[in-house]
Amino acid sequence: MKLIKKTTLASLFSGLMAGVAVFAMSSSMAVSAGELTVYTAVEAEDLKKYAAKFNEDYPDIKINWVRDSTGIVTAKLLAEKNNPQADVVWGLAATSLLLLKSEGMLEAYSPKGVEKLDKKFVDKSTPPAWVGMDAWVASVCYNTVEAAKNNLVPPKTWKDLTKPMYKGMLIMPNPNSSGTGFLDVSSWLQLFGEDGGWKYMDALHENIARYTHSGSKPCKLAAAGEIPIGISFAFRGAKSKAKGAPLEIIVPEEGVGWDMEATAIVAGTDNLKDAQTLVDWSITKKANVMYNAGYAVVAYPGVAKPVKFFPENLLEKMIPNDFEFAANNRKRILTEWQKRYDGKSDPK
Amino acid sequence: MADISSHSSQSLPIVKQKIGRDDWTMRAFMVVIAIYLVVALALPLYVMMSKSFETYRFELDRFEIQVDKGDGWSDVTTVAALNQQVNAIGADELATSSDGRLGITKLFPDFSFRSKTNYRLRNIAGSDAVFLIGSERVAHNEWVKLSSNDFRRVVLRPSPSTGFDNFRTYFSTPALFNSVYNSLAIAFIVTVITVSLAFAFAYALNRSCMRYKGVFRLIAMAPLLVPSLLPGIALVYLFGNQGMLKELMFGYSIYGPIGIIIGSVFFTFPHAMIIINTSLALSDARLYEAATSLRTPRFKIFRLITIPGARYGLISAAFVVFNLVITDFGLPKVIGGQFNVLAVDIYKQVIGQQNFQMGAVVSVVLLIPALIAFSVDRYIQKKQVALLSSRSVTYQPSPSKIFDRQMFAYCTVISLIIVTILAVCQYAALIKFWPYDLSLSLSNYAFDLMDGGGWDSYRNSIKLALLTAMFGTIVVFTGAYMVEKARGFENGRTVFQLLAMMPMAIPGMVLGLAYIFFFNNPANPFNFIYATMAILVVSTVTHFYTVSHLTAVTALKQMDNEFESVGASLKQPFYKVMGLVTVPVCLPAILDIWMYLFVNAMTTVSAVVFLYSSDTTLASVAVLNMDDAGDVAPAAAMGMMIFYTNVGARILHAGLSRLLLKKTQAWRMR
Repeated sequence: MKLIKKTTLASLFSGLMAGVAVFAMSSSMAVSAGELTVYTAVEAEDLKKYAAKFNEDYPDIKINWVRDSTGIVTAKLLAEKNNPQADVVWGLAATSLLLLKSEGMLEAYSPKGVEKLDKKFVDKSTPPAWVGMDAWVASVCYNTVEAAKNNLVPPKTWKDLTKPMYKGMLIMPNPNSSGTGFLDVSSWLQLFGEDGGWKYMDALHENIARYTHSGSKPCKLAAAGEIPIGISFAFRGAKSKAKGAPLEIIVPEEGVGWDMEATAIVAGTDNLKDAQTLVDWSITKKANVMYNAGYAVVAYPGVAKPVKFFPENLLEKMIPNDFEFAANNRKRILTEWQKRYDGKSDPK
Repeated sequence: MADISSHSSQSLPIVKQKIGRDDWTMRAFMVVIAIYLVVALALPLYVMMSKSFETYRFELDRFEIQVDKGDGWSDVTTVAALNQQVNAIGADELATSSDGRLGITKLFPDFSFRSKTNYRLRNIAGSDAVFLIGSERVAHNEWVKLSSNDFRRVVLRPSPSTGFDNFRTYFSTPALFNSVYNSLAIAFIVTVITVSLAFAFAYALNRSCMRYKGVFRLIAMAPLLVPSLLPGIALVYLFGNQGMLKELMFGYSIYGPIGIIIGSVFFTFPHAMIIINTSLALSDARLYEAATSLRTPRFKIFRLITIPGARYGLISAAFVVFNLVITDFGLPKVIGGQFNVLAVDIYKQVIGQQNFQMGAVVSVVLLIPALIAFSVDRYIQKKQVALLSSRSVTYQPSPSKIFDRQMFAYCTVISLIIVTILAVCQYAALIKFWPYDLSLSLSNYAFDLMDGGGWDSYRNSIKLALLTAMFGTIVVFTGAYMVEKARGFENGRTVFQLLAMMPMAIPGMVLGLAYIFFFNNPANPFNFIYATMAILVVSTVTHFYTVSHLTAVTALKQMDNEFESVGASLKQPFYKVMGLVTVPVCLPAILDIWMYLFVNAMTTVSAVVFLYSSDTTLASVAVLNMDDAGDVAPAAAMGMMIFYTNVGARILHAGLSRLLLKKTQAWRMR
């Protein structure tokens, strides 16, 4: 009895923390050669496939995925700035990687064959701090059933969306919590100019039912008929359409904003050699064919085949997105956006 | 039960002893658990507070600049001096966040990127002052020559310092501080509604002779078993734009205050009901007898006896509900639409904008109403204890056909609403593609194809709940035992009590954020628990410490200290008395604590949403993330999995309690 009691009590404090230490240490300790900790925001269902394809060529390098949504992965990387846990970031928004780059957190590296990629997809510095994988393009998800109920005409342009007929029929992501929302806003500012962009959003705001936290939700809400029109991205729309939602994916004529999923090496990794191997592989033709399964636009020219349910004119409608402008003005744009539209959210 | 306390009033004075080995051991344990509370609560909060004072400013006097318009370099001047001349950058623009960037072309009114003008820029403060050319970082102290086309791409980065700037920014940004008003208004409205509804329900349970009281009581408790955001999902299916009953909204939108209020009333109802029920059950029958014999009218009895008798319970319930609503995060996230509240603001600042400092500021702001509500509640609870000491006779209701029917009807309506909300969630989970394909299917249970961690997150949640319940019960009960049964050491015990009460006043979001700051620091010796199951267990135990502690203390207070005295005089060590007498006697309370921790670990979102990692995703967080991604039906499915798990645990708990009660609590029967 005495012994049992003693042990139980002794485990109270130390046990609670240290009892799990072994388990904890194994996951946080420096990764040995042949293993890479890779942070990613790629869809969960694709991760196993990505790792398997890579291991076909490099069976000795094991990938430990840490996956979350773009915002959380970025927050995590920034929070770990002084004590980085990741070796490689594979599949995170270029806007986020630019943020990390300006914090000096990325290891510049020119992967083998980088010259074969579309210039748009490679960081401008030499050697580049990151290289792109595939584009993630804004689009409008239009629910034909609900639209018919409300006698709507499909919009052709961004400007169309400000027509009074769409009042309360639109949902878009909040740029303060969603990367997709931000790429919409920054693309409008680039398309219509600073003043024109804000004027456009003022008018659009009148028609917006509400702003969501995530970028895929507007399209899923449109798919579910919760709202007729959701401003989201093409990939999401195509997936919902494949599931049988009565959706039409509209690419506004003025052009659409986009971001890309990109790859980079985290500065200070103790496994640089394997990290470089992975990044080299991530821009090969084989890898790009793999990205093409979900994304219609990929970094390697000539690889992309049309993806089912994706709008066809997507590539030509992509605006020449100035990522540097977006990154360096992000804080200013978000503050202005918040002042204009977030403060107005009075109870109805 | 009554005989224990009546004995104690006649007990002999306890023989004063020297401080023996036992006492030292007990004190040591108390100190160890106190240190646990300091490490898991006080220090993280302190770190978070200091984070809110961590500011970022553009220090213009740390950069020097030179211009060449074709006639040689101008004199070297600091950017600050230049700004003083042209006054292009206002003082309010200088305060920023860690992500701040400041373009400096506006310092040159005649700037054109096509001009032949050249610029030279350097920082004179080392790595404390950095600027970017595009996304290229320049941290060295050398001059950098720039053409005007490159110069327009230059942005300054801010330097860290400390001060009140973040708070100033917060209170001068309407989008941010409006949330204070929103949160208070919502919490106030919900408090009034919930307390009224719960009072009527508890009144029916106590003062009527209606049938099926047990069933009603069980149904009223059901909301405790689901995450607070689940009613939000049900409301979307009921009153959303494709809702089954959307006509009832009369054109108003469920996304916003209306949705938050209805959902909050749902999830706070059982909390209020339990508290008010207790206070009604305790009222003195003799007062009613006297009033009836004086022929006092019924409503007068209600106004003069019932309400005053239950007033402490009512006030206490009000504060508990207020606190729950103002700190809740899941529900407004799911159904709040554009209606901003404090708890969601923290999430948006940290996850959406990676602005940890502003997240800390909102946390500090959120702490204030929570702290006030908490301290008022503590004050009132103390009074209630004093009221209890009177020797009252329990009130026994007498049947009254009309009244009993009315009460039955009322309870039926409330119960139907609760059951409907849960049933809608289950229905939603089984529909293939609402509202276009209403065939039933299990496809929404294929969690592995969605965001949020899949079935692993469900397994992780059960693991977390078991670990939390096991470790939590041991820590809490030991702490409570030492604090109740140790002799002397008054100061130490007071400090311990204070520490044990603190978690209740700390909103889960605040605790979670504080944990990131504290445990993610590589210099912290406990850094190794970051991103593991351990940190989830520690945070959950800490988050729900207070109520468990109070349950344990109440149970221990029922036991006469004479047991320990007798044990000591027989020269038995304290753990023998503890193991052979105290623990078996307190077993019902220990099981209750276990159950409380288990259920809450299954449903909690607020603290763990910042702390889970990809290996330790949780079911409750998965509900949130799946809903966020637009996978509403799978979110409902996962929410109902949590519900069934908790129901299962409850049934097991009830069975186990009955068995153990028979074995260990026979002495309670007269």
